[in-house]
Amino acid sequence: MTIRNKAYIVGAYEHPTRKAPDKSTAQLHAECARGALADAGLTKADVDGYFCAGDAPGMGPLSMVEYMNLKVRHVDATDIGGSSYLMLVSHAAQAIAAGKCSVALITLAGRPRSEPPRAGNPYQPDAAWEQPYGIATLNSYAMCAMRHMHEYGTTSEQLAWIKVAASHHAQHNPHAMLREVVTVEEVLASPMVADPLHRMDCCVVSDGGGALVVVSPEIARSLKRPLVAVRGAGEAVKDTNGGRVDLTYSAARVSGPIAFAEAGVTPADIQYASIYDSFTITVLMQIEDLGFCEKGAGGKFVADGNLISGVGKLPFNTDGGGLCNNHPANRGGITKVIEAVRQLRHEAHPAVQVPNCSLALAHGTGGLLGTRHGGATLILERQ
Amino acid sequence: MSETKTRKIPAPAITAETEAFWKGAAEGRFQLRRCTQCHETHWYPRAICPFCMGDTAWEDASGEGTIYSWTVMRRAPEPYAMAYVTLDAGPTMLADLVDVDLDGIAIGQRVKLVWSQSAGGPPVPSFTSA
Repeated sequence: MTIRNKAYIVGAYEHPTRKAPDKSTAQLHAECARGALADAGLTKADVDGYFCAGDAPGMGPLSMVEYMNLKVRHVDATDIGGSSYLMLVSHAAQAIAAGKCSVALITLAGRPRSEPPRAGNPYQPDAAWEQPYGIATLNSYAMCAMRHMHEYGTTSEQLAWIKVAASHHAQHNPHAMLREVVTVEEVLASPMVADPLHRMDCCVVSDGGGALVVVSPEIARSLKRPLVAVRGAGEAVKDTNGGRVDLTYSAARVSGPIAFAEAGVTPADIQYASIYDSFTITVLMQIEDLGFCEKGAGGKFVADGNLISGVGKLPFNTDGGGLCNNHPANRGGITKVIEAVRQLRHEAHPAVQVPNCSLALAHGTGGLLGTRHGGATLILERQ
Repeated sequence: MSETKTRKIPAPAITAETEAFWKGAAEGRFQLRRCTQCHETHWYPRAICPFCMGDTAWEDASGEGTIYSWTVMRRAPEPYAMAYVTLDAGPTMLADLVDVDLDGIAIGQRVKLVWSQSAGGPPVPSFTSA
């Protein structure tokens, strides 16, 4: 069974807030749900499937289905960190194809700026071997960058180009946290936070959220929105492999080819890419692993504005991405899908809209790149 | 030479599966798990082999190795160094680097295991220049 053309994204909503001290997390989820349903032209009563991940408060679907008073016949709360929401689009498509639901609602929201997230679970089996050392998101990704530089000669200047490209896009997004265009020199002059990553190699921390509505082909055709089909999807988990550690690649190496095979397209066919950008190194490794260039050539690929819309070959994260726009709940997966949908609907900002965009990729990396993470790839098509 | 200052190390979460490791640590013994079926070592220690699902057993190991990758967390009140170290005994493990020049760390550097006292728990493995 394939999910190709079995489901369509008809609703997409990114919450405009970037700091929400006066809201609850459940409330943000519901505001996002309301926004995505309105975008689709559907109502709460139409929803018969609900999908969420680890950012949902309480017991995930139990708490949120009750809060929103949904009447659903299918739920899924698989958590692979920030990449969950790309995977949940795929799971929603699978459920729709199997007849388990026909209108799937996916929500993400969180308030890490207003309220620091709770500490990890001490019963997770890796905890004793990592937490005493002060492992954090930042230094985990930094060690990947350090090894990538060692093996492939990747430079800080090349990584900086990724931030520069994101900033060029963010200047056109009134909701972006960081709208100022920056230069390679400015990125390199920002403080070293964890060698070899500078402050500007890191994404923003933001409150906020987003939601998606995925429906059956019949319902999609009954609505007024452009048809954005889920053409292919892949998911994978990458970890420390029993101590045979290789920090130079990501789960995209597995999830990407699965998605491309299902979609029947190649990286050269992709007109726009949303690439998870928790850090600049995340983008570079995913671009290689998804096959946009040879392994190890990511540094050369991203340099000289190659990711800037209208300038380079692979326009990416035209909303400004996690690096400049938004990284709600410390999980950027849903905003990756939302901007891909905007591009395919030709509703991105005119300054960054890819002309005649009809085939887009969105990829997420969730968890820690340098320990264990999930990867999820979506290939979306305007029909 | 800038040295790592004392960073409070939280006590590791001990389970029935790993209790023997931490008892050994208190005596200064570093142990790995080796599979009784495929004879491979792995990290972090598990009762079930991550390569073949065979039973595993503790064995003493030397704790010498080379730095596979590293970073210095400078965005911290007291900067600290961390590395993945590939042990001569096989697996690559995460730990902090102590008593090292934070500006003189390199991939490929030889290191040896030392024990760092945790707050209210057993000592945890750390590495320093060999």
